[in-house]
Amino acid sequence: MSELILATHNLSKSFGALKATDDVSINLRAGEIHALIGPNGAGKSTLIAQISGGLRPDAGRVMLMGRDVTQYGTATRARAGLGRTFQISALAMEDSVLENVLLGALGAEGRPWRFWSRATADAEMRARAMTALERVGLADDHDKRTAELSHGQRRQLEVAVALTLSPRAFLMDEPMAGLGAGGSKRLTGFLDGLREEAPILLVEHDMDAVFALADRISVLASGRVIATGTVAEIRADRAVRTAYLGEDA
Amino acid sequence: MIPERLVNLAILAGLAGVALWALAVDTPFTITLATRAAILALAAVGLNIALGIGGLVSLGHAVFFGLGGYAMGILAYHAQTYTTLDLGPLSVTGSKSMPLIWLVAVVASALAALLIGLLSLRTSGVYFIMITLAFGQMFYYFAISWGTYGGEDGLSIYVRNGFPGLNTLDPIQFFGLCFALLCLALLVYARLRAAPFGLALNAARQVPARVETVGLSPLRLKLVAFVISGAITGLAGALFADLNRFVSPTMFSWQLSGELIVLIVIGGVGRLMGPVIGACLFVLLEHWLGALTAFWHIWLGVILLGIVLFARGGIVGLLTGKAGPHV
Ligand SMILES: Nc1ncnc2c1ncn2[C@@H]1O[C@H](COP(=O)(O)OP(=O)(O)OP(=O)(O)O)[C@@H](O)[C@H]1O
Ligand SMILES: [Mg+2]
Repeated sequence: MSELILATHNLSKSFGALKATDDVSINLRAGEIHALIGPNGAGKSTLIAQISGGLRPDAGRVMLMGRDVTQYGTATRARAGLGRTFQISALAMEDSVLENVLLGALGAEGRPWRFWSRATADAEMRARAMTALERVGLADDHDKRTAELSHGQRRQLEVAVALTLSPRAFLMDEPMAGLGAGGSKRLTGFLDGLREEAPILLVEHDMDAVFALADRISVLASGRVIATGTVAEIRADRAVRTAYLGEDA
Repeated sequence: MIPERLVNLAILAGLAGVALWALAVDTPFTITLATRAAILALAAVGLNIALGIGGLVSLGHAVFFGLGGYAMGILAYHAQTYTTLDLGPLSVTGSKSMPLIWLVAVVASALAALLIGLLSLRTSGVYFIMITLAFGQMFYYFAISWGTYGGEDGLSIYVRNGFPGLNTLDPIQFFGLCFALLCLALLVYARLRAAPFGLALNAARQVPARVETVGLSPLRLKLVAFVISGAITGLAGALFADLNRFVSPTMFSWQLSGELIVLIVIGGVGRLMGPVIGACLFVLLEHWLGALTAFWHIWLGVILLGIVLFARGGIVGLLTGKAGPHV
């Protein structure tokens, strides 16, 4: 089996009486896309937040490349190699598209403490930023203000910012949300190739995308992992059908 | 609409022009008004780094303005009374040299900003406003009770401090000095805003969660911004004290902190020249309306209301046709 990049061990998190994450142990191996599915409110985003560092678990550990990062904040985990995208786009809307990816580039280089030189004039950073934009197909829009982008383009920009970090693992929370058929298809094709660079823990409601991409699927319901397996195994799983797939079947 | 560069140049040229015109027709009081506007503008340019780029609504920037003022007052007081200033084991003489006074003002304000920032930046919104306000009040009451340096009555300095090669007693020369420092601060603001630091800080204001996920700390960015911001406002405080040849606890008052915010909002939050046009308007109103009525602040309030309701980009936003703040 390929190298273990990311793992959670018995993560638990409650909001009052609600167990949003209940003893969750999942992992991500090099080269794979591990899809995380489950009905609304199952606790997918809550789990992502605990892995990326925005939310402290009540119990359990998060391991990144063999290192216990549970006590680290979001920024430290990002520097250790976690790249995430948000379910609801978190972009600097007033800034240009290029500036948003430049932010990623200067985070990746860890050099924000420059007060006199123009950020857009740093050739190295700019190249890194433009490469990321080209890869998601936004290079022509780099001068636009982010607020002017369509919803779909904002989703692409989310991915581009994560790309600038050259992370060891991607955490993507519903990157396809609201993309429409054409957009989903294109992004599916892109993520398919991306797994070679770094594995992806992919939260997604778009079942076509999940079935096309996932090497493994874990199903979350009420904070618990009720099944993990290949696409075929999950499709055949009775519990999953009733808990989740049954909704559309 | 007018390009922002042109608006910026016109504002600066206008301020310098008024002072030169006053020199030509020999009305030194007008030069003093222009100097007052330049100094308030300098203080607000400092605040605009924290408020405009970093989104930090500090209602305590008078702390730095006052520290700068008292740095000048205390050093000049010891120089004019030929007494020494005893700091524990260290005993220093006063000074009437502006560069040295400025250095002390900047360092003291920066240290205070570091301390206040460390204690307040973990909070946000109303709590941040309240903590900075509380610090302002602490300094204000401390200054009132500090009898050595005049307490409530303040401290008069009889002769304006000196600057090598200039006669600072000549109003136009002192104006030139203040104006040059204002231009320098504007250059710092513009460079810093376009630099990686400004990019990251501006993003930390808009989407702190994003800044963290690229591996940067919004808290540290804001802290550094707060320190730079406080240092510039502190420098303005030293000049303000030298303009009036007087320091008093009112330099620490929360009203002053509020006025700095107000004049930035009127001029344009996060716009390079917002603080400058705001300060000029403020001084004009204070002078003209202040002569007619003691309640001139009401009219300032009316303007503020109009800006907040109809022109979020302030006067600079109106002139350049960009309605929103910041952009
Ligand atoms: N900060 C919070 N405080 C209280 N409850 C929360 C908080 N965050 C999430 N929850 C609750 O935890 C549960 C899991 O939420 P979460 O956002 O993780 O679900 P999700 O699986 O991502 O759903 P969706 O598919 O709608 O994105 C929900 O019931 C939600 O209301
Ligand atoms: Mg979610």
